[in-house]
Amino acid sequence: MLSSVQNPRILLLHCRWSKPLHHHRHYPKAIHAAAQAQAVSTSLPTSQIQIIQKSIHSREKTARQFAEEFLNRLRLTEPHVKSFLHVSETVLNEADEIDRKIDQNEDVGPLAGVLVAVKDNICTADMPSTAGSKILENYRPPFDATAVKKLKESGAIIVGKTNLDEFGMGSTTEGSAYQVTSNPWNLECVPGGSSGGSAAAVSARQCVVSLGSDTGGSVRQPASFCGVVGLKPTYGRVSRYGLVAYASSLDVIGCFGSSVADAGILLQSVCGHDKLDATSSKREVIDFTSQFLAKDYLESQPLKGLRVGVIRETLGDGVDQEVVLSIRGAISHMEELGCTVTEVSLPSFSLGLPAYYVLASSESSSNLSRYDGVRYGNQIVSDELSSLYGGSRANGLGPEVKRRILMGTYALSAGYYDAYYKRAQQVRTVVQKSFKAALDEHDILISPAAPSAAYKIGEKKNDPLAMYAGDIMTVNVNLAGLPALVLPCGFVQNGLPVGVQMIGGAFDEEKLLRVGHIFEQTLQGCSFIPPLIADEFKC
Amino acid sequence: MTKAFCSCAYSYGSQPNSCVCPVCMGLPGALPVLNSKVIEYAVMLGVALNCKLSLNSKFDRKQYFYPDLPKGYQISQFDVPIATNGFIDLDLPLEFGGGHRRFGITRVHMEEDAGKLLHTGTGSYSQVDLNRAGVPLLEIVSEPDMRTGIEAAEYAAELQRVVRYLGVSNGNMQEGSLRCDVNVSIRPIGQLEFGTKVEIKNLNSFSAMSRAIDFEIARQAALYNQGQSEEIVQETRLWEEGAQKTVTMRKKEGLADYRYFPEPDLPDVILKEEYVNGIRDSLPELPEMKRRRYEEMGLSMQDVLFLANDVNVADFFDATIANVPDIKLAANWIMGDIAAYMKNEKLSINEIKLSPQELSELIASIKSATISGKIGKEILLELMAKGGTVKGLIKEKDLVQIVDPVEIEKIVDKVIANNPKQLEQYRGGKTKLQGFFAGQVMKESKGKANPGLVNKILLEKLNATN
Repeated sequence: MLSSVQNPRILLLHCRWSKPLHHHRHYPKAIHAAAQAQAVSTSLPTSQIQIIQKSIHSREKTARQFAEEFLNRLRLTEPHVKSFLHVSETVLNEADEIDRKIDQNEDVGPLAGVLVAVKDNICTADMPSTAGSKILENYRPPFDATAVKKLKESGAIIVGKTNLDEFGMGSTTEGSAYQVTSNPWNLECVPGGSSGGSAAAVSARQCVVSLGSDTGGSVRQPASFCGVVGLKPTYGRVSRYGLVAYASSLDVIGCFGSSVADAGILLQSVCGHDKLDATSSKREVIDFTSQFLAKDYLESQPLKGLRVGVIRETLGDGVDQEVVLSIRGAISHMEELGCTVTEVSLPSFSLGLPAYYVLASSESSSNLSRYDGVRYGNQIVSDELSSLYGGSRANGLGPEVKRRILMGTYALSAGYYDAYYKRAQQVRTVVQKSFKAALDEHDILISPAAPSAAYKIGEKKNDPLAMYAGDIMTVNVNLAGLPALVLPCGFVQNGLPVGVQMIGGAFDEEKLLRVGHIFEQTLQGCSFIPPLIADEFKC
Repeated sequence: MTKAFCSCAYSYGSQPNSCVCPVCMGLPGALPVLNSKVIEYAVMLGVALNCKLSLNSKFDRKQYFYPDLPKGYQISQFDVPIATNGFIDLDLPLEFGGGHRRFGITRVHMEEDAGKLLHTGTGSYSQVDLNRAGVPLLEIVSEPDMRTGIEAAEYAAELQRVVRYLGVSNGNMQEGSLRCDVNVSIRPIGQLEFGTKVEIKNLNSFSAMSRAIDFEIARQAALYNQGQSEEIVQETRLWEEGAQKTVTMRKKEGLADYRYFPEPDLPDVILKEEYVNGIRDSLPELPEMKRRRYEEMGLSMQDVLFLANDVNVADFFDATIANVPDIKLAANWIMGDIAAYMKNEKLSINEIKLSPQELSELIASIKSATISGKIGKEILLELMAKGGTVKGLIKEKDLVQIVDPVEIEKIVDKVIANNPKQLEQYRGGKTKLQGFFAGQVMKESKGKANPGLVNKILLEKLNATN
C-alpha cells in the first residue's frame, strides 16, 4: 500500500486508499455496510464545541437534540466499544435545563450542552468512581474533583465515567477490573491506556470531549491508538484534587477531543490554580485558543520560523517502521508549513523508562496504602487486623497493581532506597535538564506518541515488560513535567491511526495548540473517523 | 487553629468523626495543603528553643498500616527537620535541690496526628474516630542530657511552659496536647558510650515520668550489678501507674522500615531569612528570660519559680507592678490570697474577676492608708468573685479609713462612756481589756478606723488618770 509516502500531499491523496477493508465482522449490522463503504471524509476537524455553542445560541438546534444525538450513538456503539463504566441518567434533563436557560437568556457557560466523559479515576459526587478497581466497587465520593466542578460550572454535561486500567496502571485498558474496552478502529484491538475508555469514547463520538489522566502517557498513547487529539498539560496546570492518585509527582488530568480546538477549549475550562492542590500552579492562564486562525486565513507558510526538533532516539530501534514513516510524513508536512526541522538528541532518553517505573511504582505503593478496606471499599470478613488488610487488598487489587505496589515497596525499602528511588530521582533531574537544553534550541520537539499503532487485545497482557516498553515515547515528558499534544497524523498499513507527539516548554500549551491546530487544519484528506461510525459522518 | 493539611477545626472531646473532611479521612483523590500556621508555630518553637532553622526543609511520608492512619502513611519530616541543634535552660525546683540546667535539643519537626481507635466493651470490634487525624504536631527530640527522673520531668515541664508562653499549644497532657516518650539507658561512671536504651510509654503526667524513669534506672542498675546486663534489651516498656513499675510492651526485633520518601503532594518548605527574623523579633518573653528578670528584681527563687510557672500568672504580675511598682507586695498578694482563692475555687487567674489594674489599685489604696489591710483582704475577695473596682467598692461601702485623730477620739470617747464597767475593771488592772475596747472602736467605726491610731488614742484615754 502507499502509506509509506513521505510527502504529506501524497499522504492526503492516498490515505483514503490505505483504509482497511478487513476485520469488520464484529461491527454491528446497522453500520456494517457503511464501514464497508469506506466513508472517507475530506472535511477538516472542526471544533464540535464551537458548533454546539453556535447552534444552541442561535436556536438552530437545542442542547437536547445534541444530547440525544450523542446518546443514540452511545447506545449503538457501546455494546461493541465498552468505553463506559457508568452512564449518567440525567443527561437529557441537564440538556433541557440548558435549553431553558438559553430561552430565558441566562448565562450557560462556554461548554453549555457539551457532553463530556470523565475517566473513572476522577471523582464525581453523583456517580460511582471506582478507578477501575474492585476495591472501590460502588464507591461514591462525597465531592466532585476540581476539574469536574469546573466543567459543571462551564455548563458541560457529564455523560458518564470511562473505563481505564486499574488506578491508571496499564497501557491497554485491559487492566480494568470490570471490562475490556475495544478500539473503535478495530474492535479486536486495544484502545491503549490507561485512559482507553476516554479515548475510545471520543473516537466513537460517544461524547464531544473527555477527561483522562496522564502519569506516563495515559492520555497520549490512547489518543494515538484511537486517532483522536490528546493533550497532556504541564504538571500543575490542572488541579489534581479529586484525581485518584497513582503517582502524585507525575499525574496530570488531560484532555481528549476530535480536534485540537476542542482539546484546547476543554483545557481552558478545567485549568488554573486550585487552593485544594498545593502543586497546582498559580501561573496566570491565558486564552489558549484565541489565536487560532481558520484555514482560509492561513498564510502559505503559517509556521515559518518555528524551530522543530525531532528527537533522534524516538525514531530508531524498537519503533515500528510504519510509525516512523508516518512521523516522517508529519515532519515533511511541518516543513511545508514553514518549520525549520532539525534532529535533536536526548541522550538520557532511554533512562527515562526505568526511572519512571521506579518512581511511579514507589509513589503508587504509598498512594494505594489507603485502600485497606477499613473506611470504604470492599472489606473481607476477618477476626484479625493483618489478615483483614491482607485479604481485602488481595481480593480488591488486580495483578498489575499488586506488581507495582511490590516493586515500589521494594524500591523504597531500607537499604534499597539509594540504589532505586534516589537514583531514579537523579535520572529525573538529568531528563529535565536535557529537555530544557533541547527546548532552549527548539520551539517544540517531535516524536511518535507510541512505538506502534494499536495492537491486539491480549497480545501483551501476560508480558508486562513488553507493555512497559510501549511507554518509552511518553514517560520522559512526565518526568520533565512538560506539556505535550498528540494528534493523529497518519495510518499504518492495517488502517489504524498513528499520532505524532509535540512537546513544548513548561506552561506553553498555547504554542502547542496553535501549532497543532495549523497542522491538523492543513493535513487534508486524512479523516480520523473510525469505520465503526463512518456512515454517519460520510461526506 | 485548623488541622495541618485541611481546614477542619479540631476541638478535644468533640463527637467522634465530627471534625473530618475528605482530606483528613484520606478519601481517594483528596490532597493535603499545608496550613501556614503550622510553619509559623514550628518556627516560633524552633527559635524559642535556640535552634538552627532549616530555610529549605520538606515533608516526607512515614508509611505503616494501622486503622487509625487513614492514608496508610503519616505526613512527617524525616531527614531535614525544620529546626535542629538547640537547647533549653531551666531552674530545678528548690525542693529537688534547685540549680540551673541546660539540655540540648536535637530537632523539632512538623507532622500530623493519627486518629483514635475506640474498643467496644465486648471486644468483638473496634471503631475508628478520625477527629484527631491530621491535627498538627511538633515533635521535639532532646539530647540524652538528663540524669534523673526529676530532670527529665522538669525538662518536659519547661517545654510545656514554653509552648504555653508562645501560645502554640495548650500543652495539656490529659488531652494529649503534650505527649512524652522517654528513653532510658545507664552506663558505668567514666564510660563514654551509652548503654542499651529502653523506651517507656504511657506517661500521663510529669510525676509519672519522673517516677517511671527512676524506677527504670534502678531496674537497669540492679540487673547490671547482678551481672545480668544482657537482660537490658532494646524494647518498649509500659509504665503501670497502679503497680508503679515498668513492664515489657514489645521487644524490637529490628528497626521498623517506614519507607520514608519525600511527600510529592506538598512543595518544599522554604523559609525566608526575614520571615524567621520577624518571628524572632516578635517572640514574647520566654520563661527563662522572665525568671532571670524576676531574679534581678530581687524576688526569691521560690517566688520566681511560682510567678513564672504560669504565663498568665506572670502576665498578671507584670501588669500589676507596671501600675504600682511594689514588687514584694504584688508577689505576696498573688502568691497568698489570690493563689489560695484560685485553688479553692479551682479557677485560673484568667477566670477570676479581679484585674491586675484593680490589684494595683488595691495595693496603692493600702499603701496610701486609704483602706486598712484588713479591709483590703475583704474587698479582694469581692473583687475576685464579683469584679468591680476598688474605688467603687470603697465608695459604695463607705470603707475609707478614718485617719483623723479627732474623729477617732470621738469614737473612743463614746465607747469608753458606754462601757463604764469594763473601764473600771481595766483601771483595776485588767489591762487585757484593751483588746475589747479596740474591738468595740473598730465595730463602731465599721472597721474603718486606722488601727494604729485607735490603739494610740485608746491607750491614752484608758490610762488617763483624770
